[in-house]
Amino acid sequence: MSDVKLPEVKPIDPRTRMVARAARDITPGMVVNLGIGLPTKVINHLPADLPVCLHTENGMTGIGPTLPYEKADRNLIDAGGAYVSPVSGSAYFDSVVSFALVRSGRLDLTMLGAFEVAQNGDLANWKIPGKFSPGAGGAIELAQKARRVVVMTTHTDRKGNPKLLERCSLPLTAERAVDRIFTDMAVIDVTPEGFALRELAEGVSVTEVIAATGAKLILPDTDIPTF
Amino acid sequence: MKLPDKSTSLEAAVARIPDGATVLVGGFGVPGTPFSLIRELQRQGQKDLTLVKNDANEAGMGIDHLLASGQVKKLIVTHLGLNANAIAMMNDARLEVEFCAQGILAERIRAGGAGIPAILTDIGIGTELALGKQVVEMNGKPLLVEPALRADVALIHADRADPFGNLAYAATARNFNPPMAMAATIVIAEAERLLPLGDLSPEEVETPGAFVDQVVELPEISEDYGVVRR
Repeated sequence: MSDVKLPEVKPIDPRTRMVARAARDITPGMVVNLGIGLPTKVINHLPADLPVCLHTENGMTGIGPTLPYEKADRNLIDAGGAYVSPVSGSAYFDSVVSFALVRSGRLDLTMLGAFEVAQNGDLANWKIPGKFSPGAGGAIELAQKARRVVVMTTHTDRKGNPKLLERCSLPLTAERAVDRIFTDMAVIDVTPEGFALRELAEGVSVTEVIAATGAKLILPDTDIPTF
Repeated sequence: MKLPDKSTSLEAAVARIPDGATVLVGGFGVPGTPFSLIRELQRQGQKDLTLVKNDANEAGMGIDHLLASGQVKKLIVTHLGLNANAIAMMNDARLEVEFCAQGILAERIRAGGAGIPAILTDIGIGTELALGKQVVEMNGKPLLVEPALRADVALIHADRADPFGNLAYAATARNFNPPMAMAATIVIAEAERLLPLGDLSPEEVETPGAFVDQVVELPEISEDYGVVRR
């Protein structure tokens, strides 16, 4: 046995792995809106030199790194309330302009959280009747009008119930909106035929994904890549 | 020729708001919320108000004071998830809440400020937000009729103003302020700095003073406007 210590390999938790994988879908030139919660964390996994324009619906394009409280500008937040910084070329605008950008098709990609996603792309992420109904904010327009809508969510809820379903049981945010779903277990596309498995998280089996999914899962003929 | 001077005190400006008024309130979170006008409205105690705002601020902040004092009958918002008091009042039916998609709220206010009676949109089709709304068909597609929102009063927070009411804003403190500043019978703006006529360049004016009725210079920037450490 050598005394040389190998560098300790940090185990990556499944959520971080999902966030890092989602970041790879952001490509040069895109205008991107990252929703509140997990999607916001995608910023930490984007290469610093990637030419991409981040939009936040409270009225800014060109979002830079989040600032600690002592360096924060009290007038500069993102839609989730985080104190952010500008980059060279940032712009500020009002809510009318911000949503004109969303609805007119200028937003290439949005990443949103979800309570439920149906196999036809229906998205529910704003209301659990009787328990949680804070309003949808900008989510309806983001889900309905971004050119590509990607959902980031745990594959099941806290009780282990599937969140990917044949039909949503909760009130919808938007119909037939979702193109792709990143979970802690898999990357799944919404296709005209239903959910199609594209990638597996490392250490997760196809059988486990099928068991955790509440709808038919279309499997590829070829080997399934891992992330 | 000299432009009229609309500068006044907080007290006199807010005294123009009657009971039962519909009031547009600027702001998205803390930035752009007219905290001083809101506190004066709480002090004067006008009742049965309908407030239109992006969000309900947070518990103990901004319009939450007006909710707590029972001055608000109805709230038209896009989201109130950060204010547990507002959610509790809504759940107990002590407060009527109308939810609106964020950009549609902005566009309804813009229409109200632009003299347009309603807009047509496909936003919300297939969701609860479409329930009870008039639907028209255009080019074979169903569209919702969203009525313009024009209010009795707008409460605006500006970074800089001049006595005529020309307004300029800071960073993401714009949000709903510019469209709201065009969409009410009485538009009241508080400003962090009131500059002499001519010191606010025509190039930097975002809201022309012709839309604005009263301008109030804030005597101090209270901690309401500061960075929130959550």
